[in-house]
Amino acid sequence: MDLQLKHISHSYDDTDVLQDIDFRIETGQIICIIGPSGCGKSTLLRIIGGLEQARSGEVLQIGEPPADCLNPLTYIFQDFALLPWRTVRGNVSLVLEDHGIRGSRADAIIDDVLARTKLSDFGNALPRQLSGGMKQRVAIARALSVRPACLLMDEPLSALDSQTRELLMDDLIELWLKEKYTACYVTHNLGEAVRLGHKVVVLSRRPGRIREIVDIDIPIDQRQSHPAMLADKQAYLWGLMREEAMAADQELTHA
Amino acid sequence: MPEHSKSEHSQSEQPARPIKPVPFRGGGFAPKPMRIIAPVLFIALISLWESGSRTGWISPLILPAPSEAFAAFMELLKSGQLVLHLKASLLRLVVGWSAGTALGLVFGIAAGLFTVARGAIVPFVAAIFPIPKIALLPLFIIWFGIGEESKIATILFGTFFPTVIAVYGGIDNVDRGLIRMGQSFNLSWWSIVWKIILPGALPAILSGFRISASIAIILLVAAEMIGAEYGIGAYVLLAGNLMAMDQLIAGVAMLSILGLTVSWIIGRAEKYFLKWRV
Repeated sequence: MDLQLKHISHSYDDTDVLQDIDFRIETGQIICIIGPSGCGKSTLLRIIGGLEQARSGEVLQIGEPPADCLNPLTYIFQDFALLPWRTVRGNVSLVLEDHGIRGSRADAIIDDVLARTKLSDFGNALPRQLSGGMKQRVAIARALSVRPACLLMDEPLSALDSQTRELLMDDLIELWLKEKYTACYVTHNLGEAVRLGHKVVVLSRRPGRIREIVDIDIPIDQRQSHPAMLADKQAYLWGLMREEAMAADQELTHA
Repeated sequence: MPEHSKSEHSQSEQPARPIKPVPFRGGGFAPKPMRIIAPVLFIALISLWESGSRTGWISPLILPAPSEAFAAFMELLKSGQLVLHLKASLLRLVVGWSAGTALGLVFGIAAGLFTVARGAIVPFVAAIFPIPKIALLPLFIIWFGIGEESKIATILFGTFFPTVIAVYGGIDNVDRGLIRMGQSFNLSWWSIVWKIILPGALPAILSGFRISASIAIILLVAAEMIGAEYGIGAYVLLAGNLMAMDQLIAGVAMLSILGLTVSWIIGRAEKYFLKWRV
């Protein structure tokens, strides 16, 4: 299942946030969206997944999601969004219960996703007992349990410290190599974008427009061994973003 | 090594520089619960009071000795009147508080979830909550008669309003991110309310219970002072009219114990339902 964004524009009250955003998320690809703070990246992601309505334009679903898919467009949030009163298993089970999956069927799915996110030993822990990285892995497990056709990740690593971020980035890459999931990944971290993205959509400052869509044609599993090429891509992206980011920063000081 | 000894030497050449540890200035502002203090203080105060009465320093006309109050309590127990008073009071308290809380939950949840309900309920609650419900008791007596109904109605109204406020306030404070998460996984409206909103509002709802239970006890006594044959309030009122200070103290002590018991029960409920909190 592909997703096609068609001329998405959005505004809050009188402020234009997004203008004429148009790109396609193809099956099996990870699209990264980067841009200066306040450019509407997160708003765009909410629009893609139907949590917010764009003022104009539309997001089209091209093709049917796989038959076993319970929730085609599934988010992973920056703040994890785990229910603090449910255990790790309970948090995963939450999103299965509404599909009538309970008991041994649910247990099988939960065991499977916890194993894939290396959480098998922590099924009965409460979120407050877990570190930030573990909490985000629970959120990833929860997302995997509904077999999404497209993962929508809103700065999933931004709330974590840099070492944990590194570990989780490796996990996301490993997971993609195994399962070739489709994802739209919003971040402000260029390093994350060049390591994980097949394409990087660079947005301008507010109102967010597409500045450029940069293809990164090195296969994801070979990127670690081509640090120079990655650094070039990152430098190129930073070149695109630098002025925008500076201008955005100035805007905030004046506001 | 020679350099090391030299630096040591140069340090010892300046004896004028005072050496002292950095003073500690953190700590404090973190009172911890200490179970022993309250009972010790309580026993000390009671014994001071008892000895004051025994030595004649406190006149028995002003304040009876604790032992006399205890004797009055034992007399009440032996005569079988205690059970009647307690039964009457507890019945009013439980029925009034439960009904007020149930209604408060319904209206509070409605105000927390629906725009129209909020517009209707919130100003209404703001207007009626500050009225001392005991001032409405004569009205309730006219409406519901002098019997149990008017007393229960007073307690019901007294519990209803703080519950409504606690419930919709608690719902307002539920993390919107969690609700959005529920929507993003296509949870049904019922599931979001039942599995996300209500558990999220539960801490606020339980602290609302604490307040409404205290209000219920205060109103219970006040209501029982008008036209009740049995009940702790009626007992205290009668004791006051007869100038039987020992009975009055016994009655007041029972109210205090009732309050402590209720607070203990809610504390247990909080421990049980909110064990996911730190």
